[in-house]
Amino acid sequence: MSEILRDDADEATQDVPEADGPSTSQLLDQAVVRPGEALDLPARPAAEHVTLNEQRARQVLAMGGGDWAEVTARADAEGDDDLMVINMGPQHPSTHGVLRLVLVLRGEEVISCQPVVGYLHTGIEKSIEFRTWVQGVTFVTRMDYLAPIFNETAYCLAVEKLLGVEAPPRAQALRVLLMELNRVASHLVWLATTGLELGALSIMLYGFREREEILDILEDVTGLRMNHAWVRPAGVSQDLPDGTEDKIRAFARDMRGKADEYETLLTNNPIWLERTRGIGELSQDRLIGLGVTGPMLRASGLAHDLRKAEPYCGYEQYEFEVPTATGSDVYARYQVRLAEMRQSLRIVEQVLDSLPGGPVMIQDPKVGWPARLALGPDGLGNSPAHVNHIMGESMEALIHHFKMVTEGFKVPAGEVYVTVESPRGELGYHVVSDGGNLPYRVHVRDPSFVNLQTGGPMVEGLLVADVLAAMSSIDPVLGGVDR
Amino acid sequence: MQPQDAVATPPDALQPILTSLRERFGEQELEVTGHRGEVTVELGRARLVEVATWLRDDPATRFRHLSDLSGTDYPDRPDRLCVDYHLYSFEHNARLRLKVRVTVEDPHVPSVTGVWPTANFHEREVYDFFGVRFDGHPDLTRILMPEDWKGYPQRKDYPLGGVNVDYHGAHVPPPDTRRYKGGWTST
Repeated sequence: MSEILRDDADEATQDVPEADGPSTSQLLDQAVVRPGEALDLPARPAAEHVTLNEQRARQVLAMGGGDWAEVTARADAEGDDDLMVINMGPQHPSTHGVLRLVLVLRGEEVISCQPVVGYLHTGIEKSIEFRTWVQGVTFVTRMDYLAPIFNETAYCLAVEKLLGVEAPPRAQALRVLLMELNRVASHLVWLATTGLELGALSIMLYGFREREEILDILEDVTGLRMNHAWVRPAGVSQDLPDGTEDKIRAFARDMRGKADEYETLLTNNPIWLERTRGIGELSQDRLIGLGVTGPMLRASGLAHDLRKAEPYCGYEQYEFEVPTATGSDVYARYQVRLAEMRQSLRIVEQVLDSLPGGPVMIQDPKVGWPARLALGPDGLGNSPAHVNHIMGESMEALIHHFKMVTEGFKVPAGEVYVTVESPRGELGYHVVSDGGNLPYRVHVRDPSFVNLQTGGPMVEGLLVADVLAAMSSIDPVLGGVDR
Repeated sequence: MQPQDAVATPPDALQPILTSLRERFGEQELEVTGHRGEVTVELGRARLVEVATWLRDDPATRFRHLSDLSGTDYPDRPDRLCVDYHLYSFEHNARLRLKVRVTVEDPHVPSVTGVWPTANFHEREVYDFFGVRFDGHPDLTRILMPEDWKGYPQRKDYPLGGVNVDYHGAHVPPPDTRRYKGGWTST
């Protein structure tokens, strides 16, 4: 890819010492983790490297796509008439959002694939620095829009760690409950869209049908189908409404049967096997080197799950298994995700059986939302007496409420890195506080962003039709990739 | 920001790792601090790749997973650009943070793509938003912002909004002065 696109007969670029540095794929091959073996980094003078990159800045693909004639001209200049550059996306029905893949093909065979991202960049990490700690939740929930509860929880866990507080047990259990429902919903979307891309239309309809039920539950609990902002620092915004527990139990019971149904449709389906087995294989060492986590890593046989390795929100109380597979191909990832949905349902039922009572927000007036510290007579919403106290009786309570809502609380200075196991892998939040009421820096390690790096090495040598299967097995969500 | 509680006792899993790290590279080169149970090792950029390679390969450490690589800007410091490497070890279930600081005038940090290939996208992101040059990176270009964008948006002196945006012939005035009259105009 790099040779084709960058080394051409153009006079202006002749003197660029491209050939000195190893290509990305060579570098990847060298960098496979072998114990005790030191690696030599290519020695290149710093100044020269910067010039090189500035030269390259004009040569790499512009996101606007205005350089397309140039790109194809360079491919033509290779003199290999069989090579063809195909631009897949960013507006392509099969790329899971605005992902652009630049494929170099010889006939049907993929010679190289370069993912180009950034089309959905909204500057969330910058915007958070200008909002209070609580308002940050409304930003992070919009990143990975298929797993909003995970984003909210990871962010809130980081803020809680900096504050040195913990959410009450009921809030922790409710977070686990909604996270696991969210995981099932996310895997269902993966199953549905992957099925759609491979031509299995029934599974697409079934997947979205079941996901709709989960979204109904989430809407009951949080008020919204997506972008909930329901998890808050040191608690959750509201308790389960009446009747939701039964609804969730009924769903969990039905969903097991539905998962069996998917298995009947797919697991031994010869077409499904033909399209997924042996596609997109990557060795475990390479996956680790590329920083891949989640179902993709577990499908290579490594039972790494942060819920077990570094339990948070009380995951150590629940019994569940970490499903693995050995194929490390699209089929193995399908097996792992399907098994994970069953495990999530197990956790959901255990949470409902052992749901502790008590408040859902920390009983600390310096952190909790003042009007929420007392509940209404139905156990939900604001207590009229408490609101009356704030609004009509106590000047101090009114001032405190006003300060909490407009300024928010201050967080002690420091930095933490907190991770949760999202449906796509390790979701990490590096949060820095300078002691003020606004976050100093929030950096998100989004698993889709990292896992997308496998897009290149995984599809080289495959056929064009298999690119869809391989890329969708990464399960990238571009809202999280571009942030 | 400076950690407030300098925890002298890091988690148990990290004790042998820190001991062997000190034995191997000496006390004076590495500054070890603890905060909220997380351990940070601050080091100069000259030894970054050496330390990183050793941390990845030594049986006592085995930090095979580069969990995250993020940048932060501290404009009050002379070496204001800070790069954090969050490492994780599957074998020891331990985490460690490496920290390297550089100045804006000389924002060069050696690339760790040769140690952890996953650093590729991360380093492009930090370059994109903070302007840190990772020497030895195979393709250090902007990743989320357009290639020909000017400036490094996550630096603290880069404003949020309120700037004119001129991009590919289109002009968009700042939101506070923006009016739409059959096209964007500024008041």
